[in-house]
Amino acid sequence: MGKTLAEKVWDEHVVRSTEGEPDLLYIDLHLIHEVTSPQAFDGLRMSQRKVRRPDLTLATEDHNVPTLDWDKPIADPVSRTQVDTLRKNAADFGVRLHPLGDVEQGIVHVVGPQLGLTQPGMTIVCGDSHTSTHGAFGAIAFGIGTSEVEHVLATQTLPQQKPKTMAVTVNGSLPEGVTAKDLVLTLITHTGTGGGQGYIVEYRGQAIEELSMEGRMTVCNMSIEWGAKAGLIAPDQTTFDYIEGKPEAPKGADWDAAVAYWKTLVTDADATFDKEIVLDASTMTPFVTWGTNPGQGVQLGGNVPSPADFSDPVDQIACEKALEYMGLQAGTPMREIKVDTVFVGSCTNGRIEDLRLAAEVIKGHKVADQTRLLVVPGSVRVRLQAEAEGLDQIFIAAGAEWRGAGCSMCLGMNPDQLAPGERSASTSNRNFEGRQGKGGRTHLVSIPVAAATAVRGTLSSPADL
Amino acid sequence: MDKFTNHTGVAMPLKRSNVDTDQIIPAVYLKRVTRTGFEDGLFAAWRNDREFIMNRPEYAEASVLVAGPDFGTGSSREHAVWALQNYGFKVVISSRFADIFRGNSGKAGLLSAQVDEAVVEGLWAYLEANPGAEVSVDLESRSIKAGQGDDAIDATFVIDDYTRWRLLNGLDDIGITLSHEADIDAFEAKRPAYKPVTQ
Repeated sequence: MGKTLAEKVWDEHVVRSTEGEPDLLYIDLHLIHEVTSPQAFDGLRMSQRKVRRPDLTLATEDHNVPTLDWDKPIADPVSRTQVDTLRKNAADFGVRLHPLGDVEQGIVHVVGPQLGLTQPGMTIVCGDSHTSTHGAFGAIAFGIGTSEVEHVLATQTLPQQKPKTMAVTVNGSLPEGVTAKDLVLTLITHTGTGGGQGYIVEYRGQAIEELSMEGRMTVCNMSIEWGAKAGLIAPDQTTFDYIEGKPEAPKGADWDAAVAYWKTLVTDADATFDKEIVLDASTMTPFVTWGTNPGQGVQLGGNVPSPADFSDPVDQIACEKALEYMGLQAGTPMREIKVDTVFVGSCTNGRIEDLRLAAEVIKGHKVADQTRLLVVPGSVRVRLQAEAEGLDQIFIAAGAEWRGAGCSMCLGMNPDQLAPGERSASTSNRNFEGRQGKGGRTHLVSIPVAAATAVRGTLSSPADL
Repeated sequence: MDKFTNHTGVAMPLKRSNVDTDQIIPAVYLKRVTRTGFEDGLFAAWRNDREFIMNRPEYAEASVLVAGPDFGTGSSREHAVWALQNYGFKVVISSRFADIFRGNSGKAGLLSAQVDEAVVEGLWAYLEANPGAEVSVDLESRSIKAGQGDDAIDATFVIDDYTRWRLLNGLDDIGITLSHEADIDAFEAKRPAYKPVTQ
């Protein structure tokens, strides 16, 4: 019997397999940042261990770094200590680091692909749940905890139970103005936040094949929001074209050998999945969240639901609590919800294509009087590219704030936070209570919805402008 | 890692589903570079509410958490496990755990005991009727016991054999893996040349 894409990549990386034990999996690339690594390096020191493969390890500063005054010392002393600790650890253990101020600095999941380090058929881990982003290239990529970070540093492997496989097939084409973000938000509301637990998911079908690499990364990025171990997409010409010429991409004969291998990374016709979900892209519309988890979503054209709309008592209670936290009345049209802050950025939607799309919608308009628009590029390279294309000037002319690169308001570890009660439309990935700042209220949206919302001050799509 | 065989302690019902890691410990509390001191961040936003269950005196010594489905969703932060442990929790009981949280808890020595939703409901009812009551969790027999007589709860929980074995013996994963270093060397020797390197 044939193998699925995920099984092929998994089997290629098994160092050791024994009945009754997890597989020992080799890790091709280990990405590191300042928040989840300090205790791992401490563990190495205590056990007098070294980093086995510094040459398969890359560090960047992203989670807590400021997006203003990035050329000055970090004002918050606790954040500064964490960043300084990463710098010391990288120096002590010989790990390549792209620090604040470096041209390759940025969100770890934006930096890997733009350097060409993220390639098909690899295993990639990072102490960050959105590592699933790299699955867009046909890699098995997943987030790990700090104990596992230490394990990978010391051994370049991880003991892992082989997950089950699932196919999410998205047939048809996305309608004009409906994006990868709307697709994945629709999917998560369909499955719930736990629907993917225990599975590596392969996204496939016409709508997936038609996505750019940026769009594929947006879909794979949010795999974790419905609980999947990882999400991946078979590499194709779109993938190869994106990688070719990137700084760390294979060159010459290596390129030919790599592409020949990458072309084998497809699910065999006679392979079977443990579970399948089929969706139709052609009926999808702009999709936004109303609640406090990414599975609490609705079409932009719909209304805030009521607890009575749910059959499961657990969902009813969750809806009631979410409406209270979000300060929303059941039955309110989503388009009437007034937004204070619009956040464009994050590892979900902070790449150059995202900024181009946002600029296209906002060009010639002004940000609404009572609304603030924060545009945070995913990396310094993205910022410089956007500036070269004049996108920054479009944002600034509209009244937006144009910032430096980092995770920023996606998780509010740096000063970019919502105030209590403040409401955001955010292109990021999580609408958890307090995620973007204590008491903050988050609606997850696509790039076009974010840009149109900034102009109108209420949840909107470009069609409303 | 300390061995875990069994634990008896005050159990606290947390009647919420989707308790994500941002609720367990908000990001602003993640800036420490140690594995200790995260207890102040545990359920930080909810603790501001004086009525929140953790603020009630009968749960001051709580060490077993009984939560709704999809516990630990969201971020990979192991700080969520450390915050629970630093505060004094030894066991979390739920009907469904997020994969990364479950993995992290197994590595750090916090027991994530998965039970049927009916067991969670039963424990919630028992604990509401008997605030501050103790629950016993035994890893050897994979069992949870509470109460006496007709109302007694005697249930089993699910945990994979490998994690159970490691917890029972307090084993360090890295040490186990390094005993197979020859296998890793052999694997590395046949990796293709086109695989990327960072330096």
